[in-house]
Amino acid sequence: MRRSRNTVLSVISAGVFLAILYMLNMNRAGNGMLISIMQKSAIFALVAVSMNLLNGFTGLFSLGQAGFMSIGAYTTAILLIPVQSLDGVYYMNGINPGIRALKVFLSALPPWFQSVYPFMALIVGALFAAVIASIVGVAVLRLKSDYLAIATLGLSEIIRALFSSPQLDGITNGSYGLNKIPAFPKMFGGLVPPIITPFIVSAVCITLIVLLIRSSYGRAFMAIREDEIAAEAMGISLFKHKSMSFIISSFFSALAGGMLAMYMRSIEAKTFSITLTYDILLIVVIGGIGSVTGSVLGAFLVTASKEWWLRFFDQPLELFGWDVPLFRTGFRMVIFSILLMVVVLIYRRGLMGTNEFSWDRIFGRFKWKRRKVQGGGS
Amino acid sequence: MNGIVLKTEHLTMQFGGVVAVDDLNIEIPQGHITALIGPNGAGKTTAFNVITGGYMPTNGRVVFHDKVIGENHPRSKMKKIYNGSDRTTFHHQVVNTPDKITRLGMARTFQNIRLFKELSVFENVLIAKHCRIKAGMLSATFRLNHVEERTMREQTQELLKTVGLADLAREKASSLPYGKQRRLEIARALATSPSLLLLDEPAAGMNPKETEELAQFIIDIKDSFNLTVFLIEHHMNLVMDISDKIYVLDYGKTIAMGTPKEVQNDPAVIRAYLGVEDE
Repeated sequence: MRRSRNTVLSVISAGVFLAILYMLNMNRAGNGMLISIMQKSAIFALVAVSMNLLNGFTGLFSLGQAGFMSIGAYTTAILLIPVQSLDGVYYMNGINPGIRALKVFLSALPPWFQSVYPFMALIVGALFAAVIASIVGVAVLRLKSDYLAIATLGLSEIIRALFSSPQLDGITNGSYGLNKIPAFPKMFGGLVPPIITPFIVSAVCITLIVLLIRSSYGRAFMAIREDEIAAEAMGISLFKHKSMSFIISSFFSALAGGMLAMYMRSIEAKTFSITLTYDILLIVVIGGIGSVTGSVLGAFLVTASKEWWLRFFDQPLELFGWDVPLFRTGFRMVIFSILLMVVVLIYRRGLMGTNEFSWDRIFGRFKWKRRKVQGGGS
Repeated sequence: MNGIVLKTEHLTMQFGGVVAVDDLNIEIPQGHITALIGPNGAGKTTAFNVITGGYMPTNGRVVFHDKVIGENHPRSKMKKIYNGSDRTTFHHQVVNTPDKITRLGMARTFQNIRLFKELSVFENVLIAKHCRIKAGMLSATFRLNHVEERTMREQTQELLKTVGLADLAREKASSLPYGKQRRLEIARALATSPSLLLLDEPAAGMNPKETEELAQFIIDIKDSFNLTVFLIEHHMNLVMDISDKIYVLDYGKTIAMGTPKEVQNDPAVIRAYLGVEDE
């Protein structure tokens, strides 16, 4: 009974969320800011969950997320820039003739292909990152803890440097970056409007990751996190499971990177610097290392407070004719950092710790409060 | 070699100048409880680690069910050389990682308990079932193996009932009392469906009553799971009670072997354990 109650509640809240999204879609005019922040949060939620799969569930402290995101972003962008805009985008160095030929060929295919093409571009980017991860993983996954972090950090920097190098001008447009990337496509022939697409894609991907975590393989990942030696003695091949986790994490990071390219409409190598990895690490830590719902919650809270809620600290403020001195551009980030410190000090293990959101817990909290009130009365 | 589950030949493990295990030759027959004893630092745990694939032996060979699972015969570099006839030319290595050896049917416990602390008792045992999974990652993700998954869960529940931990299934592993944690570690090893169980000091830190229970428990699981048991132990009572054959190590060397009675009266063993009086 309790289980069916929980299912009903989950379905209802998902429905409410979707309804809000559709309402926002109809009143786009006044809600541009809100929509764009929610889209960014959804994309970051996917990256954070995929990073959590690696860092929180498998116990591999990797900082290569930005690198894999850039692989996905660049692949998706190159595949999606319309043929007629190519000369405008690659105005400095021209485009590699092979890629142009491929794009001309693809653009001549029938309409049904064009409608799924953006999603295929996302998946191709993700697969490309997965292949790179499987190759790099052989070398990198022998390392442990801090050393792995440094190696993956280096990897992500190498990828960034490669993409901005003049040798790849014909493909990645070097340091000029790519622009004129088409925005999100609609799904299911217009049933899902473009604005809602990133939410659907993220939700599907996060669901897949959750299903993996809850399967026998996910339990093996957690065993490796808890104790490598014991896990190996229980017949779990460390190399196989670590590379599995690394490849899947890279796959979904790259997919989110592709969505980020569609969201931003223009990308350059600088977008995917180390700070991006740190932003995501921040979300994972604030949400709780080892909690999927924590990462999702963290993505929405961190993005919203960084980009929106704290904006007014950047505007000059006059109180009763007194010009408050600190309220200038950039002050928002000071407040943001202070808030982060407070959150980390209060919730030592992130907002959710290693727990997942559950209706039982919420109801349990109500019950606990009620009991406390009764206790006070007697 | 029928009936011999595990055999080591000239097994030697050398760390720099220290020879931790020196020319160890053991044979463990099917269905027996064999013990490896010796003072602290005698090389017992090292021998275990070499057998289970944690280290590659410096020299010698480990044979499990007629299959060579670990072998190293370096060409004259080491102090102890394989005494075969072709020892000057023979160079051969077989390396297996611990997980492969576990899948072949050899499970172990650890001297300092190594449970998956943050996970529940049930999950601890369930994870050990993973090594026998047939479904691939994708079919497990999409729940195409739900029959297998259900069987795994049922077997886990069954196993927990057998070892008497069923009512603690939802508890966190680290919250169990010490004796129960030892028991859980044995249950977890059993979940990998082994034919040979290696116990590294199962009675360490236990009081006499718990030790007695443990002895009965080892005999019970040996019979009900049709196991062969190989254990390292300090508690002489336990060893003398349950083992069929004992090997005694001191400074890496095998100083005695035989039935509990023979070993108890062996002068070399008494000297190793009690020390020699200065004359």
